[in-house]
Amino acid sequence: MPRLDRNLIGTVLEPVVAEVEKGEIRQFANAIGATDPIHTDLAAAQAAGYPNLVAPPTLVFCLAQRNAEPTKGLVKLGFDVAKLLHGEQHFEYFHPVCAGDTITLSTRIEDIYEKKGGLLEFMVQKTDAVNRDGTLCATMTAVVVQRHG
Amino acid sequence: MDAAALKVGDAIPELTINRVSRQTLALYAGASGDHNPIHIDTDFTRAAGVGDVFAHGMLVMAWLGRALTGFAPQSALRSWGVRFASITQVGARIRCTGTVTERFEQDGERRLRLDIAATDEHGDVKLKGEAVVAVG
Repeated sequence: MPRLDRNLIGTVLEPVVAEVEKGEIRQFANAIGATDPIHTDLAAAQAAGYPNLVAPPTLVFCLAQRNAEPTKGLVKLGFDVAKLLHGEQHFEYFHPVCAGDTITLSTRIEDIYEKKGGLLEFMVQKTDAVNRDGTLCATMTAVVVQRHG
Repeated sequence: MDAAALKVGDAIPELTINRVSRQTLALYAGASGDHNPIHIDTDFTRAAGVGDVFAHGMLVMAWLGRALTGFAPQSALRSWGVRFASITQVGARIRCTGTVTERFEQDGERRLRLDIAATDEHGDVKLKGEAVVAVG
């Protein structure tokens, strides 16, 4: 029995604004074991052409979790979080995300569909990450899966 | 390594991660903002009937990203994506691998397309996907 309202397709969620800080980039790089000094050492980042410490590739995804509560948002959309799976995650990059940036994350519900006779429901969410200058830094596509039974 | 010299069928250097520990998961929970107790609180997982905590899928994806930015600079990573195939248990030893499947030109630059995967020491696939990296 489907629980996700198909009329949600096309809905744009409340944007999340994230101020990216040096400390969180260092903390994230440490947590994932990234040793490239562009994430931890300002001189190394600048020598590589960045204005400041650069976020590792998946940190832009985590900015939403660090600055809002996307799980509560999923509950509002009708998800049962106890039976929720992250099915797929995709990134496309256009401009680096660095310390000092203010990133606005805007998410649109692209699609909702089901498989296995409705036992699995899928929601495709596309998020644009845009910096203070209005430059698109990255787009992310997440497929969130709701299990039934 | 010279990423530009990679041919179809060539592998990028494999990245092997230390065994997944509870401490690693706690550090990632704090750094990522994903505080879901299923990854950090064994009391919660036992009560929920799922046994032990297990790794965040996005942590394993971050490791796979390290394999990509290890053979070419991060600024060359154009796009990538994965499907989360199965959960990664505490104690797993994750291997991140990539193989070139195509060389092509787009937007005035040479690019490689790679099949990428994260597998455990038993060969069980955790993440599987594709990446596009510019090589000049």
